[in-house]
Amino acid sequence: MTVLSPVLAVLLSAIVAALIFAVLGRDPVAALTALFLTPLNSLYGMAELGLKATPLLLCAIGIAIGCRANVWNIGAEGQFTIGAICGGGVALAFGGSGAPEGGWWIVPLMLIAGVAGGMVWAGIPALLRTRFNAHEILTTLMLSYVAIQLLGWLVHGPWQDPQGFNFPQTRQFEADALLPVLIPNTRLTPAAGLALLAVPLASVLLGRTLAGFRIRVVGLAPGAARYAGFSERGTVWFTLLLSGGLAGLAGICEVAGPIGQLQPVISPGYGFAAIIVAFLGRLNPLGILFASLLMALLYLGGEGLQISQQLPVAVTGVIQGMLLFFLLAMDVFIHYRLRFASATSAVADPAAREARGNA
Amino acid sequence: MDQSSRDQTCPVTPRLELRGITKRYAATVANARVDLTVMPGEIHALLGENGAGKSTLVKIIYGVVRPDEGAMLWEGQPVTIVDPNAARALGIGMVFQHFSLFETLTVAENIALGLGRRQTTKALAAEIVQVAARYGLTVDPHRHVHHLSVGERQRVEILRCLLQEPRLLIMDEPTSVLTPQEAEGLFAMLRRLAAEDCSVLYISHKLEEIKALCQGATVLRGGRVTGHCDPRQETPTAMAEMMIGSTLPETRRDTAASCARAVCLGLRGLTLAADDPFGTDLTDITFALRAGEMLGIAGVAGNGQKELLAALSGERRAPRADTVAILDRDAGLLDVEARRRLGLRFIPEERVGRGAVGEMALAENALLTCYPNGYVSHGLVRFAKLRGFAADIIARFGVRAAGIEAEADSLSGGNMQKFIVGREVGTDPRVLIAAHPTWGVDIGAALAIRQALIDLCEAGVGVLVVSEDLAELFEICDRIAVLHGGRLSPPMPTAGTTVEEVGLLMGGMPAALTGPAAAAATAAAYAG
Repeated sequence: MTVLSPVLAVLLSAIVAALIFAVLGRDPVAALTALFLTPLNSLYGMAELGLKATPLLLCAIGIAIGCRANVWNIGAEGQFTIGAICGGGVALAFGGSGAPEGGWWIVPLMLIAGVAGGMVWAGIPALLRTRFNAHEILTTLMLSYVAIQLLGWLVHGPWQDPQGFNFPQTRQFEADALLPVLIPNTRLTPAAGLALLAVPLASVLLGRTLAGFRIRVVGLAPGAARYAGFSERGTVWFTLLLSGGLAGLAGICEVAGPIGQLQPVISPGYGFAAIIVAFLGRLNPLGILFASLLMALLYLGGEGLQISQQLPVAVTGVIQGMLLFFLLAMDVFIHYRLRFASATSAVADPAAREARGNA
Repeated sequence: MDQSSRDQTCPVTPRLELRGITKRYAATVANARVDLTVMPGEIHALLGENGAGKSTLVKIIYGVVRPDEGAMLWEGQPVTIVDPNAARALGIGMVFQHFSLFETLTVAENIALGLGRRQTTKALAAEIVQVAARYGLTVDPHRHVHHLSVGERQRVEILRCLLQEPRLLIMDEPTSVLTPQEAEGLFAMLRRLAAEDCSVLYISHKLEEIKALCQGATVLRGGRVTGHCDPRQETPTAMAEMMIGSTLPETRRDTAASCARAVCLGLRGLTLAADDPFGTDLTDITFALRAGEMLGIAGVAGNGQKELLAALSGERRAPRADTVAILDRDAGLLDVEARRRLGLRFIPEERVGRGAVGEMALAENALLTCYPNGYVSHGLVRFAKLRGFAADIIARFGVRAAGIEAEADSLSGGNMQKFIVGREVGTDPRVLIAAHPTWGVDIGAALAIRQALIDLCEAGVGVLVVSEDLAELFEICDRIAVLHGGRLSPPMPTAGTTVEEVGLLMGGMPAALTGPAAAAATAAAYAG
């Protein structure tokens, strides 16, 4: 059931989506095809899939590692934004400053700045939790909005492109401050490679290192963690910084890649969708890889639906939300079995646990 | 088997009769065709080791659980007890092993909650005092529960039952939380109850008590009744053999005196405030544990054991480095990992959730405390070595589990404890602290664990046992100290003291043992 549950959730979401399309007066089969299949039938489409999956994958892996330690980073969107701002700042400051042979050091510096920015932004909730016991669900979420407003202020004010016709955006990054394109005629950058690399690294971290063991023990049994001498505070810091760094990396890769500048909106909610991806992937790096591809497909399909079926963009959000909802519902059946019987004899699996504890 | 153990000139209807009671859960049969008969005014024992099915049977009687098969007769009439309210209406009262009292309310308020009567607190308080006096109990109905000792809290639970005028009182392991003197008081009260025609169903595994108190006994093993007997005529050994189904192996202990060897664990005047408002502050705790010695710390739970164990294991740091000494190193400021590197090992009181992670496999649970001892290299876990270690533990300690990948949750209490003990002693310990090592564990596992501790002592490891089980401490320890109200009595050789003396200390500390002369004596013992 553990593996079957996400599959069932996807199927159920697809069925309900088809119903919604029918109610809205569209052909369900055509709409589902546009949603799931059409994006994949060209090289450009596949590259876009990779492009959209990259930030989802990076953020989701960070979120999942945190969730294993019972640290809930809901603010990946904010860390993404701050990473984009920090890296973008470096791009604006140093872009084009290399001599004709190009500044090879600019892009790595931007990436480092992005990671650092994300880490700092996640460090604030870490401090608030370890010093003041403030729950990170609230603090990370609230800081997301602060980050988005900060970006808005920067692109409307100090960093606004003077030649930009008063549009709220910075100037375009110079060529040496942009990630190179991997496949000609697509927008895919090496960021996808970085994201793919994160999968085995996260797997090794969680499954084979002592640090990963500490994370899992703190998440499963805080009493056992104290007994073993594992510091809960240390784990909170480690997972939040790692998560923030990954989200920040995703942010700078996005603005140094397909977007090429800083704008008020640089993410269609990647940081929040990544939470769904993390759970859809069962908090396992390999599962998250597949889940991020599926979610990227939904984003692309949603855009396609707007064009081909004149459906509102909210459709994507609705389907994503349904996915999470059905996933949580299906998860109930991992631990419980449904039986139709009379009230006095209805018994659920927990009785087996009770029996072990009793007699 | 002769059920009626009193001379009767005419046939008497049993107060409670169970015929063929069976209860199955998904994985086990908790009770299989159990027959039980309790006569009016009888104190009847329900005997069995942990896991035999006593708790389930009693929950069936009290209406918490419904049986799958079988019949219950109350005073000769068949009944179906649908829930505890129905049980109470019939006249069945139960005092559980784990109390359900609210610490921030008073005694009277707690009892009122359980009774559900429409009565003013003042009237109820008066009634409480009256009923208590009738049974020789003293209680102040206006005291808040968090001020009460565990024995006093149990009295509140008992009073709650007595106020409902029970015809059958069920007591689940009542003396596990009492000093020997308090236990005597409880027995006097139970005898008075029995004289008033109230029956008592007494669940315990403590054979000496049952012999002293009960007129009849039913022995359970593996969910089945293996015998009925009259404890007044059986020896404890015979009853124990009925409980475990074979002859008891003896614990082997070489009583060669441990001459003055090096101190491997020492506390010098540890004073530590509890970090929990209902905890116990530690005051001036001093003792010296020598290599090859087993030192027992007796005491009723709630007198500072938790805080002391946290201070020893490193989960709480001491105020100064030289307050705690491990193998001649000042360890007061060291954390858990550093103390383990010095050779300290710790078997905690709680198993799953503290000593082990329930959802993890046994192999990974082994890593929980062996990670400083060569099982991690460059941050990566050495899984092959770890699996070998886990398999070795399972083999050496006879842990019944479905292999090293079995989840800790799937093991019984005794097997989990054997695994934890095996893990702690399997990485070259120099000092071992064991908290309630055989609590809630079946006899076979308890014997194996005690033997493991004794073997360690003979190998030169110093062992500190913190336990409420006086019989166990007297059986295996060289010296005993008593923890009461956060203070520790000077350790005494086991051979030179008695259960009564220790019991008195557990109930309160005579001044002679905490004055300056005593402190000087302890300091001298420590330095020597």
